[in-house]
Amino acid sequence: MTWKNTAEAIVIGGGINGTSVAYNLAKLGMKNIVVLEKNTVCSGSTGRCGAGIRAQWGTEMNCRFGLACVEKFEQLSDELGMDVGLNQSGYLMVAYQQSEYEQLQKNVALQNSLGYMTKIVSREEAKEICPGVAVDDAIGFTFNHRDGHADPFLTTFAYQEAAKRMGVTFHKHTEVTGVKVHNGVAAGVVTTRGEIDSPLVINAAGPYSQFVAKMAGVDIPNYSERHEIIITEPVEPGVCPPMLMSFSGNYYLQQRPHGSIIGGCSPEGHPADYTLGATWDFLEHMSQVFTKLLPRAKDIRVVRQWSGLYNMTPDRQPIICEAENVKGFFLSCGYSGHGFMFGPVTGEALAQHIVLGKSDIPIDMLHYRRFAEGKLLIEPAVV
Amino acid sequence: MEDKTKDIIVCRCEEVTMGEVREWIAKGYDTFDELKRLLRVGMGPCQGRGCREIIMREIAKATGRPMAAVDPGTFRPPVKPVKLGVLAKGGDN
Ligand SMILES: Cc1cc2nc3c(=O)[nH]c(=O)nc-3n(C[C@H](O)[C@H](O)[C@H](O)COP(=O)(O)OP(=O)(O)OC[C@H]3O[C@@H](n4cnc5c(N)ncnc54)[C@H](O)[C@@H]3O)c2cc1C
Ligand code: FES
Repeated sequence: MTWKNTAEAIVIGGGINGTSVAYNLAKLGMKNIVVLEKNTVCSGSTGRCGAGIRAQWGTEMNCRFGLACVEKFEQLSDELGMDVGLNQSGYLMVAYQQSEYEQLQKNVALQNSLGYMTKIVSREEAKEICPGVAVDDAIGFTFNHRDGHADPFLTTFAYQEAAKRMGVTFHKHTEVTGVKVHNGVAAGVVTTRGEIDSPLVINAAGPYSQFVAKMAGVDIPNYSERHEIIITEPVEPGVCPPMLMSFSGNYYLQQRPHGSIIGGCSPEGHPADYTLGATWDFLEHMSQVFTKLLPRAKDIRVVRQWSGLYNMTPDRQPIICEAENVKGFFLSCGYSGHGFMFGPVTGEALAQHIVLGKSDIPIDMLHYRRFAEGKLLIEPAVV
Repeated sequence: MEDKTKDIIVCRCEEVTMGEVREWIAKGYDTFDELKRLLRVGMGPCQGRGCREIIMREIAKATGRPMAAVDPGTFRPPVKPVKLGVLAKGGDN
């Protein structure tokens, strides 16, 4: 790729959020957009995630986002001209505690009122949805067949390819080391390969977004936590068709179209040291969760184990806005454990906000100002 | 003349052809990890033992770099598959 010293917009980070916002800016007519990625596209959190998509949430805002995401994914392969590997096999939520079950029931009422027809299901129905699942200790279940997952690599590469067709330039192995600001206005970036001037700089650096913000003199309270995940060898389909998820049980498990089963959880004290290790403790714990829930999986082999980073904010909801003290410097980060599913919708919303001054789905409440004002957006339904 | 090598299967486990690999390298996916994420090469039961070399050679050819300069990509533990039931018993058995 030839290097140009000026751009109409610079996007820092080639994950789902960076590629989505770049594509959507181009779609809205912006020319000469450059995406800068320090490694390769989809090598960050996006390439390490569980890639689940759901609208089974517990706040109105997240239900609306979730539903918009499900609808977006339902037509995304057509929009981008490449298969994104969507598989709508549903999420089966499992409650083990009374208070948790009551919360799930409230969530279902809220989702139904917004047009997302999640159902409360019996243990027998749960066992039909996921044959062989051992949930005699659980007390309640909810299910929505439109939830599911997509292939995170194909989704991100589909955005990259569609963006490239509209003239967006991608520079991989290019790290941003400085953000240029003149008199409170964004002016461009400094990278390991040279400088680029631009009045518009978007920080979609995922786990590293707080460091990139700092380069522009912008303070955000984000930090990153390591989350681990395991995957088994491929086995015949039907071992775990839906995403099994429980907040008190603290797990998510699902079989992929290729037959492998993935599983993760949220153990105490996620290390926040930015390393990507894989621990024996997690492997042992997750294997226990697997075999307890799916006893017949005990002879299935684990083939890989890895970890990725959640970029966290005080309320685990993203920051999507223009910086208060630097005009033209935008943030799209802090997506916690749901940035893959949100990316297609939030990328479009941010692009609309930048180009049109307003977006189809409101994002005003996602300004980082909310932390100083004490207006946190607490979501009950997260692992 | 038509290039016959394009139909050769380079990754047997995931049934990926030379033509596909070359097509994506030409689009800029010129590291082993990018091709792995896109085409699943190296993710089959043999974990790339059967295809990594051939693909790295293609990358080297297409980018004009020596083989030694091509990144072989990441390996993720455990390299030897172990049964869930055995792992679940951990150190206590
Ligand atoms: C184990 C695990 C499971 C998950 N499961 C789910 C799930 O089921 N569903 C869901 O929706 N989400 C899930 N997530 C969360 C999801 O992965 C993230 O929220 C999402 O991928 C964030 O995307 P992003 O584009 O913001 O960040 P990233 O994908 O991390 O992209 C940011 C990119 O910026 C680059 N970068 C950073 N600094 C610089 C710099 N200075 N210069 C240039 N480039 C830079 C990085 O290399 C990286 O590629 C999970 C995450 C993990 C770790
Ligand atoms: S031949 Fe490619 S993974 Fe086995």
